[in-house]
Amino acid sequence: MNNKNIWVFCEQRDGVIQDVALELLGVASELAKTTNEKVCALLLGSKIKKQAKELIAYGADQVLVVDHKNLETFVTEPYAQAVTQLAKQYEPSIILFGATSIGRDLAPRLSARLKTGLTADCTKLEADENGNLFMTRPAFGGNLFATIICPDHRPQMSTVRPGVMKKMERDGKRKGEIIECEINFDQSKFAVSVIEEVKACSNVAKIEDAKILVSCGRGIKDITPAFEVAGKLKGTVSASRALVDAGVTAHDRQVGQTGKTVRPDAYLAFGISGAIQHLAGMEESEFIVAVNTDKNAPIFKIANLGIVSDAAAVLKQLNKIIENKPC
Amino acid sequence: MKIIVCIKQVPNTTEIKIDPVTNTLKRDGVPSIINPDDKSAIEAALSLKEKCGATVTVLTMGPMQAEKALREALAMGADEAFLLTDRAFAGSDTLATSTIIAAAIKKLGADLVFCGRQAIDGDTAQVGPQIAEHLDIPQITYAAAIDYDCERDVLRVKRQFEDRYQVLEVKGKCLVTVLSSMTKPRYMNVWDIVEQDEKEISFITFADLELNREDIGLNGSPTKVKSTATKQFDKTIETVELDPESAAQTIVDALKARHLI
Repeated sequence: MNNKNIWVFCEQRDGVIQDVALELLGVASELAKTTNEKVCALLLGSKIKKQAKELIAYGADQVLVVDHKNLETFVTEPYAQAVTQLAKQYEPSIILFGATSIGRDLAPRLSARLKTGLTADCTKLEADENGNLFMTRPAFGGNLFATIICPDHRPQMSTVRPGVMKKMERDGKRKGEIIECEINFDQSKFAVSVIEEVKACSNVAKIEDAKILVSCGRGIKDITPAFEVAGKLKGTVSASRALVDAGVTAHDRQVGQTGKTVRPDAYLAFGISGAIQHLAGMEESEFIVAVNTDKNAPIFKIANLGIVSDAAAVLKQLNKIIENKPC
Repeated sequence: MKIIVCIKQVPNTTEIKIDPVTNTLKRDGVPSIINPDDKSAIEAALSLKEKCGATVTVLTMGPMQAEKALREALAMGADEAFLLTDRAFAGSDTLATSTIIAAAIKKLGADLVFCGRQAIDGDTAQVGPQIAEHLDIPQITYAAAIDYDCERDVLRVKRQFEDRYQVLEVKGKCLVTVLSSMTKPRYMNVWDIVEQDEKEISFITFADLELNREDIGLNGSPTKVKSTATKQFDKTIETVELDPESAAQTIVDALKARHLI
């Protein structure tokens, strides 16, 4: 096995690089330090070339660009053909994909085409100096973690959960190589045609993008103060499953195993007890504050600052004092 | 038209517990169900059968107990059921599993293959696309709605993404993975429950398929489990009891200290 280098499939939608791509460049850069390899970004799309520099600024040493109208919007087969041809030509050791509805469609198709292993939805990646990848993923509702290896096949492939890995600081001065690649598409395999594409309209600020989350659980009956506090802190409101199931807020805002994974700079949990499924979605947050009346609530085991108090009352008070002293 | 629906029998994960001593799953007494996305795939196939006419075959791989899941599918109205079962299949990862299932589909023959998007015990969503690749047919994943134009023989699928959906069309063979939110699976009906008793479940073993031993089971699985662990927490922890006024002030101070306000 002479395969070398760590590839990141850089997902874009409408020509916009998705955050998960930058997160993957971040973790790939960490891995590359151990394996002593290059980080290579794969940028596939139409009229996408000019974005390549941005990927270098976030950690890519090399960017392979395929700019073709067949890749304008995501459809499995053209994308699979492009990645397959590049992988056969360059023989990477590792390929990482975001565990999104695109990555989770493309990566398994490729694993069967390239006859190699794939590990889904990883939340931790480590490597040894021989270039072996250790892929850790939650199993059985987050109750158990399994570390998976792919010892005898290359490339080693993994989809990685969005919001878990850390981006590098953007560095516009980083140097890297941009290579434009041509693909021989076999159009006779393009059986699926896109009749229309409709973007969802949602006025909910994405919780996975927020720097500060004011998160509410069962202990909060009225979430209006949470929205006011979040507004003042330039953050947004998220919720535990209990509140979503109760119909208090929409599923877009749910954090946890069956919701979204978030890692804001500050996660302020009000009235959330911290079921393991919830913790799985937010434990990577930089700074966790928990307020709950039950001093035995599991959330206190991971909070950097735990306060035993009436969460609804604290939220109201917080709204008052941030208003009084606009900071 | 022949539709094969691939299903999986899974433990009802909401009831799973971990043995704290051995770090293994306590499966005893945990009820088994048809994986929810797969049940939706059965319903999609049955609706298509009602609209255009088709035979619906359910296929699963697993131990003998998986027969129960197939019986339930028959009682919903599926025409025939096959259980892939052999010691040689044990220990297969997703790639090896897809190799076995694809070999069975080749043997049975299918125009359309429906799968659930993912199983609740593994959450990988990998086996469907891998089967499609082995069969060299197109795939459409994350189906939120399916319609079949019986006149033109064209399948039309609403494909869901996080921020959008596509309407896709495909003529000819295709594998579709279905979301559980797509359909409300029908209940078993009395006539089909009575009838399914008379239907045979057929078994498919290694000897029935064109497979190489090195492509299946533990040996045919590129991925291996190196270790498992239960959750570990390693945060610096401080828990204090405060009245709401002091609590709010403490939070504001902590956020200021971190330049967050």
